[in-house]
Amino acid sequence: MRQPAVTAMRRLAAWTGALVAVAAVGVMAVYFLLPGELRPREGAPAPNATTQVINKGEYLARAGDCVACHTPPGGKEFAGGRAMPTPFGNLYVPNITPDEETGIGAWTPDEFYRMMHTGVSRDGSLLYPAMPFASYTKVTREDSDAIYAYLMSVPPVKQPNRPHELRFPYNQRELLVGWRALYFSQGEYKPDPKQSAQWNRGAYLVLGLGHCAMCHTAVNPLGGSSESKAFEGGMIPNQNWYAPSLTSNREAGLGNWSIQDIKDLLQTGVSHRGTVYGPMAEVTYNSLQYLSDEDVEAMAVYLKALPQRDAEPPPTSQARLVAPNVMELGRKTYAQQCAMCHGEEGKGYPPGLPPLAGNQSITMASPVNSIRMVLNGGYAPGTKKNPRPYGMPPFNHVLNDEEAAAVVTYIRVAWDNSGTPVTPAQVNELRRLIPE
Amino acid sequence: MPTLALGQKEAVPAFTEMDSMEARVQGCATCHGQSGQGTSNGYFPRIAGKPAGYLYNQLVAFRDGTRRYPPMNYLVAYLPDAYLKEIADHFARQRPPFAPREDTAADAAALARGKALVTAGDPGKGIPACIACHGEGLTGMNPGIPGLVGLRPSYIAAQLTRWRVGERHAADPDCMKRIATRLTEPDVHAVAAWLGSQDPPRDPSPETSNLIRMPLACGSQR
Repeated sequence: MRQPAVTAMRRLAAWTGALVAVAAVGVMAVYFLLPGELRPREGAPAPNATTQVINKGEYLARAGDCVACHTPPGGKEFAGGRAMPTPFGNLYVPNITPDEETGIGAWTPDEFYRMMHTGVSRDGSLLYPAMPFASYTKVTREDSDAIYAYLMSVPPVKQPNRPHELRFPYNQRELLVGWRALYFSQGEYKPDPKQSAQWNRGAYLVLGLGHCAMCHTAVNPLGGSSESKAFEGGMIPNQNWYAPSLTSNREAGLGNWSIQDIKDLLQTGVSHRGTVYGPMAEVTYNSLQYLSDEDVEAMAVYLKALPQRDAEPPPTSQARLVAPNVMELGRKTYAQQCAMCHGEEGKGYPPGLPPLAGNQSITMASPVNSIRMVLNGGYAPGTKKNPRPYGMPPFNHVLNDEEAAAVVTYIRVAWDNSGTPVTPAQVNELRRLIPE
Repeated sequence: MPTLALGQKEAVPAFTEMDSMEARVQGCATCHGQSGQGTSNGYFPRIAGKPAGYLYNQLVAFRDGTRRYPPMNYLVAYLPDAYLKEIADHFARQRPPFAPREDTAADAAALARGKALVTAGDPGKGIPACIACHGEGLTGMNPGIPGLVGLRPSYIAAQLTRWRVGERHAADPDCMKRIATRLTEPDVHAVAAWLGSQDPPRDPSPETSNLIRMPLACGSQR
């Protein structure tokens, strides 16, 4: 039995060997006959685990809008150096490229997570809250590690950090211990089991990486924001823009918006209800336009569901009275300068040219943004879904204080709009704050 | 702050078709006019008919903050390259009529000096003639050199001064910087006054690119 078996095996081996040899010759023949024509492996190589984590980190870094602060305009990505004016002096944003000496190249994932989660830098120093660690603390360890992996993969840039120029006593980092005790509560986002997975995803993005509260919750003189006033709106320090309340339907509360309009506003920059300008245009341009439809929808669902709280009662009819001559000057100015794009009835041509009638951003208590738009004009951000936006021209040099105040008053009260009149002094104050 | 007459027609936003570039660039109208022809405000320049490459370079520089003028920096801050290119192409194609030129307050000697610098330069100081690069008709040269026609003296003088003091730059090698720093302050005003006193050309189109002829290497022509 053995013999035939061995023979059979030998035969098989010989036959296999011959076959392999023939096959090899065949392959070689193909190789030599068709040089460079060997077919590549089926499909593109599947991204390996490392690439997948880096891609995820890039997406999350977009959601966190890291680039907006850490990249100077026209400068190298993430190299820092950009001045961030604060009421306490200038902060200079650090280099977060993976350069070993001047960036974060020597950081470990643990150190990066500690910074995101607790606002403590690698060397143990406390970060100034211009870094939104009060929001980033909600980011999961897994997501923090992905962002870390992405930042390690970008080109390192050797550019030393510029020291901050903060006035005494704000240049004493130890004082941040007090700020942290008052305004910082550490902890990853805990999903609310009573809410849908979509709502929880939206909350995670809005409260965490989106760091929306940095602008949409009023900042007190100490640079802190109070959780009990979350998303109730406030002036953005040093930018002279008003970030409207997200909880009041009289401001940017989205309670009576459709989910589609909210999604459009966030991701596209324009919607049938209004358009983003100023600091929010920056957020859409650098961050929100890159998020997936699913994530933007989750944010919209969460924002729409925010409990409605009006910080103050609606204006009395007395407060809404407008002097007839002001109304007439406003109407005349509107007809001459504005009606071409916004229509006689203020309906606009949405989404390109926004409506003014029924537009909460025009009727809300603070007239700052409306006045600024009239003085400076503005283009909606150019986004993937709206790459060729329309723009409003500046009227700073066309309208004097009385005319600008009259036309802003007019659009705030015409067409059943529920706003209040503004004064030439309010226009003048903003005119002086805005650089010429 | 000078207030314009509300009725100045070319500074009031207007367009004929909603889904058009004409409608989309009305954000520029109150300063540069509906078609880029300029307005009666002394400072804002005519942009119609300037080379598309020049206009694009300026828009990118305003967006990225490498050319500083806050109202422009703010307006184009969040516009992508492709759209800025489209805006530049749009204005480069426009041929609106020129505004009537203004009388100059400059004296005859200054105008003579201005004319000499523009048409012949000052070889002793190493200053080439403006027309060597900006074109025989001063209508600019594709792709990156602007026309100097239809601009007010106040704008030309301000820009040359910004170049002299290092506030305005162009792509390296920055030929205009080399020239502007050789001009004296009276030279700047003489050039601006003479350019402002010229009648507009019949054909305002820029000359085609001619790198060989240029006296200095210019980054914006590459």
